[in-house]
Amino acid sequence: MKVFIRIVIFSILISMAYWGFSNYGIPQVIPELPPVEEQISGSMTMDQYIALGGKIFNGKGTCTLCHNPVGGRAPLLVESGKDGAPIGARAADRLKDPQYKGKAKTAEEYIHESMVDPSAFVVTGFGKPGTNDTVSPMPNINKGSIGLNEAEIGAVISYLQKSAGVQVTVKLPTGPAPVAAAAPAEPQSAKTAEEAFGKHGCTTCHKIPGIEEAGDVGPDLTGLSGRAGKTVKGLIPEQYVMQSILNPDAFTVKGFEPGTMPADLGEKMTAKELEMIVKYLLEKKG
Amino acid sequence: MGFLRKGLFKGVSFRFTSLTACLFLLFFASTLILPISHNASLSLKPAFATEAPAPAGGEAAKAEEGKKEGEKKEGEKGFTYQPAPKLKVGDYPIVKGFNSRIAVWIVAQLHLWFGAFVLAVPIFVLVIEGVGMATKDERYDHMAHEFIKVSMTAFSLTASLGGLLTIMFVSFYPDFFKYMASIFGKTMIIYAILFFGESFCLYIYYYGWDRMNKGFSKWVHLTMGLMLNVFGMTLMVLSNVWASFMMAPSGVDDAGVFTGNIWEAIRGPLWNPINLHRFIANIAFGGSIVGAYAAYKFLSAKTNEEKAHYDWMGYTANFIAIFGFLPLPFAGYWLMKEVYGYSQQMGITAMGGAFAWLFIIQAVLIGSLFLGANYYLWCGMGRIKGSERYTPAIKYLIVVIVGCFLVWFTPHTLIMTAKEVTQVGGTHHPVLGSLGVMSAKNTAVNILIVSTFLSFMLYRRSNKIATASWTSTGNAIQVALFTAGAINIVFLGVYGYFIPANIRIGLSIPQVMTTLTIIVVSSILDGFMYKGAKSTGPIEWGKMGARSQYALFLLAVSFTWLMGLMGYVRSALRQHWHVYTIFRDNSIDAFTPTLGYAAGIITIAVYIFIALVIFAFWIANFSAKKHAEATTH
Repeated sequence: MKVFIRIVIFSILISMAYWGFSNYGIPQVIPELPPVEEQISGSMTMDQYIALGGKIFNGKGTCTLCHNPVGGRAPLLVESGKDGAPIGARAADRLKDPQYKGKAKTAEEYIHESMVDPSAFVVTGFGKPGTNDTVSPMPNINKGSIGLNEAEIGAVISYLQKSAGVQVTVKLPTGPAPVAAAAPAEPQSAKTAEEAFGKHGCTTCHKIPGIEEAGDVGPDLTGLSGRAGKTVKGLIPEQYVMQSILNPDAFTVKGFEPGTMPADLGEKMTAKELEMIVKYLLEKKG
Repeated sequence: MGFLRKGLFKGVSFRFTSLTACLFLLFFASTLILPISHNASLSLKPAFATEAPAPAGGEAAKAEEGKKEGEKKEGEKGFTYQPAPKLKVGDYPIVKGFNSRIAVWIVAQLHLWFGAFVLAVPIFVLVIEGVGMATKDERYDHMAHEFIKVSMTAFSLTASLGGLLTIMFVSFYPDFFKYMASIFGKTMIIYAILFFGESFCLYIYYYGWDRMNKGFSKWVHLTMGLMLNVFGMTLMVLSNVWASFMMAPSGVDDAGVFTGNIWEAIRGPLWNPINLHRFIANIAFGGSIVGAYAAYKFLSAKTNEEKAHYDWMGYTANFIAIFGFLPLPFAGYWLMKEVYGYSQQMGITAMGGAFAWLFIIQAVLIGSLFLGANYYLWCGMGRIKGSERYTPAIKYLIVVIVGCFLVWFTPHTLIMTAKEVTQVGGTHHPVLGSLGVMSAKNTAVNILIVSTFLSFMLYRRSNKIATASWTSTGNAIQVALFTAGAINIVFLGVYGYFIPANIRIGLSIPQVMTTLTIIVVSSILDGFMYKGAKSTGPIEWGKMGARSQYALFLLAVSFTWLMGLMGYVRSALRQHWHVYTIFRDNSIDAFTPTLGYAAGIITIAVYIFIALVIFAFWIANFSAKKHAEATTH
């Protein structure tokens, strides 16, 4: 029996050591939440549209996985490098390349084509191995795991053109995003954080500083700014509040039942509303 | 309790395995029939209601047409397969008290561990039985019998966990299971039939061991063992189809509509790399688990005979584990190469994105495995007269192995505060940062493998003196081979720093080929050189310190943890997709957790696995006692 106990303790300790290293020996990177379709409407300004393009380029679009100065897996797009000027500036020259066999007629069309049909023109040295630079390893970004819609692609193009310092030729979308067309009416964003709280029924369950109506089903959010950064290890205040809204069961405050807060707020809330709510909760000292 | 031992547990293994096998088949059959005949199923209607795709454009005529097409059965003219459903959070059933993802995660992992074990054991049992038959050494036969006995209860547990997993899929992810069954339903039925065949062969193989032990019947017994492995391997490659389809779907269009050609769906780009990787890993894992069994028996042994037997068994199990472990990184390279080939995005997510740090945990685990395996071999040299000649080499091997481990373990980006980043001048250490890239890590792992092989060579030579006339030349060739090989591996690693990343990854192939060349050529040379060698004395089996046995436990736990970790990353690479790019996961759990969280789940699963393995060993041990009692009285 002694041997058995020793072995069990030894095995438990080994496993605990691996668990400990995984938790405390390496940084706890919080992977990004699954991307959601951006809410794009005609009321957007060009600056907002370009900013959205930057957000997609660095996030949901996963462009920087390959188009970065470290890996050398794909040509640089927003920086100048050995591939020349940023893509927004060099796109027009690509059309003049004798090897170019695509259908684009303008720089904007070229960038669009390189996203939705990457093999139309493969930059020398960046093709799939064994294809003699005729097939691009890049996925079609309007399909598969990225699946950007036309309005989102337009936003990325506008960002790339702006980054290159050339004139932004992309037109602002005039209506709801194409994919959203089949869906019910696009939700209108609340104008203030207070309005957003009311719209999403937050005050039904929570006490929120500065708002009269209050419930006690969920935690009191008074003084959240002081504790948000200390509640979940590794999460800064903004991340903690965002996680609590988008994925409420990832952490449940002691004394409250998991599964009580709706989990689909991320689908119902616009990006602007989320931003306003997070900002409000972290600024209000209450 | 006496009546329990005498009555209830008499023939416990057979009853237990038969019962669970029947239960599994029943569960499996029911879960297959339900989704396939969905029109007749009322109870599952709410779950299936979400699956029908919304008619595009809302045109009534088209919707009506689609409905009629949907009513057509598979095989009828005009039948079209449904696209992958677009689910919402509310489409996932919530079972109170269960987190669907964690429940499926743990049960799937437990099923894989036990599945790996029961698929691996019959492979080396067959080989050991064959060796026993060829050498007419009964010890091999007894050891093979004991190995398979250990796996019997594990076989039942595999089946039970498989049944439980199927129920969980149907309960927690009904639309996903139905979609998979709509494509792979036929393969699932074949799977159930193969399982029946495997059970049949296993029972005859195990229960017929003593009766089919002589003459022609021994050949029949071996044939049953072979059939058992054929069924087992086919089961494995069939279930790999489903896993690899989820990662890299084929035979479907962009919307997930099945083309109707099952072979297209089966032969996805990752199917064969996963088949090979799992096959090799299973052998390594199976060897390590029976090694732990032997170590436990060794430490509990009362007599010298028992100690000698279980020492030998532990050595053999460790040999099997290392034999499987050494080529594993190469199979891993192939798998990752194909992952990159299929989707560069997926490959980078694995190696340079959210999961990059996971490979540092992997490095720690593999480093522990290499150190543990080598330590066991070095301890083993202590029971061999004549090994003193080679013991001075151990300290150099330790330096090389620990050095390689540290290189592999070095991260590229460091954990630093903003102030520290400013002080260091970046997120990379100015010197050590260069060891964090693949060029250094590939070099380190190849040198690790070569060093472990050298340890094994020295162990094998310990009690032998070569008598061949060309021994000096042979030794010189081997030294030259090791030296030239090591230089080439290091040179290729350094060269990698000066070329682009997409070309650099290709250098892993010549590095691997160099390692394999060293191993193969050296083994052949050794084989000829030590043919008819003079012995300096027998191996004194049983004369091993207790600490060496703990190395075997270290191997077993580390292998289990490593499998849990790599199983997680393989699955997590799909991110928020049930089936990558075509069937999105919109459940509440469709987010990638932190590595610490994943490690917590893996650790819990490892503990459950250890508890169940102890149970399986206890049953095997009990059965042995009854057998001993029966033969004594």
